[in-house]
Amino acid sequence: MKLNFSGLESSAPLYGGSNELLCDGFSAAPSFDLPVTSDFDGFQKNSIQMVKPAKGTTTLAFIFKEGVMVAADSRASMGGYISSQSVKKIIEINPYMLGTMAGGAADCQFWHRNLGIKCRLHELANKRRISVTGASKLLANILYSYRGMGLSVGTMIAGWDEKGPGLYYVDSEGGRLKGTKFSVGSGSPYAYGVLDSGYKYDLTVDEAAELARRAIYHATFRDGASGGVASVYHVGPNGWTKLSGDDVGELHYSYYPVEPAVVEQEMTEAVAA
Amino acid sequence: MARYDRAITVFSPDGHLFQVEYALEAVRKGNAAVGVRGTDTIVLGVEKKSTVKLQDSRSVRKIVTLDDHIALACAGLKADARVLINRARIECQSHRLTVEDPVTVEYITRYIAGLQQKYTQSGGVRPFGLSTLIVGFDPYTGVPALYQTDPSGTFSAWKANATGRNSNSMREFLEKNYKETSGQETVKLAIRALLEVVESGGKNIEVGVMTKEGLKQLEEDEIDTIVAEIEAEKAAAEAAKKAPSKQT
Repeated sequence: MKLNFSGLESSAPLYGGSNELLCDGFSAAPSFDLPVTSDFDGFQKNSIQMVKPAKGTTTLAFIFKEGVMVAADSRASMGGYISSQSVKKIIEINPYMLGTMAGGAADCQFWHRNLGIKCRLHELANKRRISVTGASKLLANILYSYRGMGLSVGTMIAGWDEKGPGLYYVDSEGGRLKGTKFSVGSGSPYAYGVLDSGYKYDLTVDEAAELARRAIYHATFRDGASGGVASVYHVGPNGWTKLSGDDVGELHYSYYPVEPAVVEQEMTEAVAA
Repeated sequence: MARYDRAITVFSPDGHLFQVEYALEAVRKGNAAVGVRGTDTIVLGVEKKSTVKLQDSRSVRKIVTLDDHIALACAGLKADARVLINRARIECQSHRLTVEDPVTVEYITRYIAGLQQKYTQSGGVRPFGLSTLIVGFDPYTGVPALYQTDPSGTFSAWKANATGRNSNSMREFLEKNYKETSGQETVKLAIRALLEVVESGGKNIEVGVMTKEGLKQLEEDEIDTIVAEIEAEKAAAEAAKKAPSKQT
């Protein structure tokens, strides 16, 4: 596992040659010739905006006494057009680790699968499962080496390893944060509101699932880019299980059932003359 | 046969890699080294050739640490050892950086063995002329481990092993006298094995004791004390053997 420094050269790959000693035996991250512009930062920003589909989504995850609760919506939108209401945004990396999808669907799916491969190889080589720390670090290092090339990934890696439940937020800027509560996507402010006010460490699995479900529902209610089905997963000591997948429209009416209106006057058929 | 030992990438007709075997010869000429695994201690002992008068003996440390919890001793070409140890140290830190966890003894042994194997299958290079004894505790399970690698790139775990000069006699001694030990008993067993082939005395052996707290290199006078203890025990055993026979 050599350190890959080719990502550090992303702003000047015109000169190509990377340090032989460091890249010895390790496949270097790809680089391409970038156009010479006067405002490189602006150019980068614009190109990323062009490539990145709007991060229209709500995903959340939090650690509590019984493990990690992971939830997400299932809407994919392109501007004002809803392209799908049934996207799987919680990706099963392996039986004891989950990843969430926000940003580019293809990027998230591919790199999570790639991470799954790396985790399995680690298991085979070292005869022990990889830790959540290690898995998230592998992903973060890969994303960092592609920094500036237009990847759009805002993911949370949740799992249970020897140290207990683990939750990390990893993004395509190369950032990696350890935490107990995260929400990612355009609906995240709404989800945070509900999550923060209802969170306690000592929730039961059912209470935590309900909290997660409500948070996603409220986000889909207010955010136009989130909707579809609220999926809730639980990661425990024996791996993850899918707890529920409820259509948010139906959730709305179960939380706020329609009051039968009091009828003042009822219309009846006029008696035929 | 002479045609098959110049370029090491070729096999001889009867399936030998002569360069690798010659490297093993170089190991057999190197200083004696022994490793013994106990339940809570692992001991490395290395023969020190009688100190050349003007040499600063502190600069010739034969038992080195690869990380806080891993130590290595070797027999063979010392210059090759230096290069291999540097690469292993970098790998230990690289592993800490990429997965935020210290290496296991098995992992770093596999890495060193892999490196040694690479040099038996590349053009224009010769194999590393050393066998290593790697000891340490697993950072998660706390289980002690002793591994050995050799120039061919094979590695395996051992309860006790010896390499270098007269390793066969040391190994025979260990096979006869090995039992599960802990603490000071393990140290004594390792030194007794080394004394089979090395002149007695603290200035001729270097001993490293690995516990969960880390590696401790024993001072010359500490080794002398233990050697004296061992000699006393030996003398007592001899006397006990002689006494009953007098009564017959």
